[in-house]
Amino acid sequence: MMLKSKDLLGIKDLSAEEIINILDTAAVFKDVLARDIKKVPTLRGKTVVNLFFEPSTRTRTSFELAAKRLSTDVVNFSVPASSIAKGETLKDTALTIQALGADFVVIRHGSAGVPHFLSSVLKASVINAGDGSNEHPTQALLDLFTIRSSKENIEGLTVAIIGDVAHSRVAKSNIYGLTKLGAKVRLIGPPTLMPAAINNLPVDIYNSMEEGIRGADVIMTLRIQLERQNRGFFPSLEEYFKLYGLTGDRLKLAKDDAMVMHPGPINRGIEISTDAADGPRSVILEQVTNGLAVRMAVLYLLSGVKE
Amino acid sequence: MSILIKNGRVIDPAQNIDGHYEILIEGKKIRGVYPKAKGPKTDKIIDASGCIVIPGLVDMHAHLRDPGFEYKESIRTGTMAAVRGGFTSVCCMPNTNPVNDNKTVTEFILRKNYAEGACFVYPIGAITKGQKGEELAEMGMMKEAGCIAFSDDGRPVTNSLIMRRALEYSKIFNVLIISHCEDLKLSEGGVINEGFISTTLGLRGIPKAAEEVMVARDIALAGLTGGRLHIAHVSTEGSVRLIRDAKERGISVTAETCPHYFCLTEDAVNNYNTSAKVNPPLRTERDVEAVKQGLKDNTIDVIATDHAPHHIDDKYNKEFDAASFGISGLETAFSLGLKLVEQGVLSLKQLIMKMSVTPSGIIGIPKGTLAEGADADLAVIDLSGEFIVEPDRFLSKGKNTPFKGWQLKGAVLKTVSKGKIYEWE
Ligand SMILES: [Zn+2]
Repeated sequence: MMLKSKDLLGIKDLSAEEIINILDTAAVFKDVLARDIKKVPTLRGKTVVNLFFEPSTRTRTSFELAAKRLSTDVVNFSVPASSIAKGETLKDTALTIQALGADFVVIRHGSAGVPHFLSSVLKASVINAGDGSNEHPTQALLDLFTIRSSKENIEGLTVAIIGDVAHSRVAKSNIYGLTKLGAKVRLIGPPTLMPAAINNLPVDIYNSMEEGIRGADVIMTLRIQLERQNRGFFPSLEEYFKLYGLTGDRLKLAKDDAMVMHPGPINRGIEISTDAADGPRSVILEQVTNGLAVRMAVLYLLSGVKE
Repeated sequence: MSILIKNGRVIDPAQNIDGHYEILIEGKKIRGVYPKAKGPKTDKIIDASGCIVIPGLVDMHAHLRDPGFEYKESIRTGTMAAVRGGFTSVCCMPNTNPVNDNKTVTEFILRKNYAEGACFVYPIGAITKGQKGEELAEMGMMKEAGCIAFSDDGRPVTNSLIMRRALEYSKIFNVLIISHCEDLKLSEGGVINEGFISTTLGLRGIPKAAEEVMVARDIALAGLTGGRLHIAHVSTEGSVRLIRDAKERGISVTAETCPHYFCLTEDAVNNYNTSAKVNPPLRTERDVEAVKQGLKDNTIDVIATDHAPHHIDDKYNKEFDAASFGISGLETAFSLGLKLVEQGVLSLKQLIMKMSVTPSGIIGIPKGTLAEGADADLAVIDLSGEFIVEPDRFLSKGKNTPFKGWQLKGAVLKTVSKGKIYEWE
């Protein structure tokens, strides 16, 4: 089974079956990554263009490596802010990419909807690597993959997502993915960091960290953008950590085998303490490894759509 | 030259006329309204069979982009679009470049309109110098030069004291202060209505309260000063309630809304559709219903267009966040207004009033009537004539509309403006 769309724009548009399909395919690629020779010729001759308007070494490197493991050519097309300032439209950028003959365009942009715009203009498969505060689908897929690696079944799990949900594309993609696969999702944080009308989705909202993580199977902490405190979302980083920081003590309220996740890079002592980040329950580094397998799976499955 | 308009159903709410009459135009003036088949013999006859003949529409809120942004629109193309939509008087907002905040710019607009405008243009001057919200512009001199009202539209007057002064000072000239109600801190970075859709699209929302807190403030200041306040482009249920309450308390406040606030909800931005990106943003079904109710009970006096033409590069070839706000509205406004008649919200007469005589009265211009001696401004409209909205055929340079492909009724067949007949198929 392949994917219905030529693009991966978000988890919102995927069915549960498609998500499972991607996770199953990623499991195969994870085995490839465990081999001595970590490269397969699957997509030889194809071209991936990494188009990053926002700097993100982690995500870009992960996509780049995933593409190379599949033997594609990778072009990193960085668009410096200066060329946008000079008046290049998004359409111009899209046409430039088209002219490069890309088969896949991996796009990261600070504005929501940019991947959707590109998908309507380009024949290539567009993969959303994060658009504004909309979605970051491959991050959610690697999170689901990581949960499934140690929990077997996602259905029925209680997953607590903590922090800046309002600005987090990771949180949004995870909410869609987890609920589609039957997990119960709790959102924990101050009301200032909850997006409008989020309770229209099947989630439970907690302003109290203690109540929210009690009995949870999975705890996902989100990255806090440090400038948020200046914008009045919360009074100080100290107070944020006191109210919503994940500490070893608080972790005891969750299930004994609860997993601790974070999309990285972590702010120690702000959203998570060192004992929680580096403790036995933490799968933060495993998430990074799984990201490669998941991105290989996405490239592989999307290439099938076009043939 | 004299023209006789025959066989049409003449509706002129200002004279309480609705029936089959003939209208004689001599030069640029209306010379008389005669009973059916009683008009004088003339060389030129307009046959308005099957059509209504109404006073030329008056738009008290449009952006003609001239001077400074002629690539988006010019006085020539903007007034052509107006005439195409049945409008014969257009008030243009001051957010041009340079800003219309002094009599030189006002005079420039009027001179240019005299030379190339297809209809009357009434400039609205800025309330404050450079629309910066800091110092009052020279209202007296601008009024004398031809400004009919004052507004910093596009921007609110953030400083409450300056807004108070504007409402007080404008009393000398008995002119309207038109308020663009937006709390810039609450709306900061926002591009669509705040709600579940902004959350699912990941776009920054503008809460309804961003509009309502300023409506409430300005009503309080109008109450304090006795100045004449007009609330531009009302979009929320809360604003309608505040204005209704203020009117009941006898405060001098009037209000307008635009077709998109009673025809569309925020759903129109789904799929990151920038043609539905407007400020204030499209709201919810509840707000649409409240706006309609406000029109029905006259809480909202006027339907204006907020005609905001944009170039394709500013509107469509950019990410949603960076795309310009606005809809090119002059060529669809009347037909969209007719939907209210179809839905039983307004009678045809009430719709015509809200788009002609009422705005004329509020801004104080002798328009919106077919009375003897009035300017020969009128529109001949086939109410049952259907057409499909094709932005490529707009006379406006702004092809930006969320109504593309809509099938509408009420085709404007002829417009008489400045003594000239404009006609279309
Ligand atoms: Zn405005």
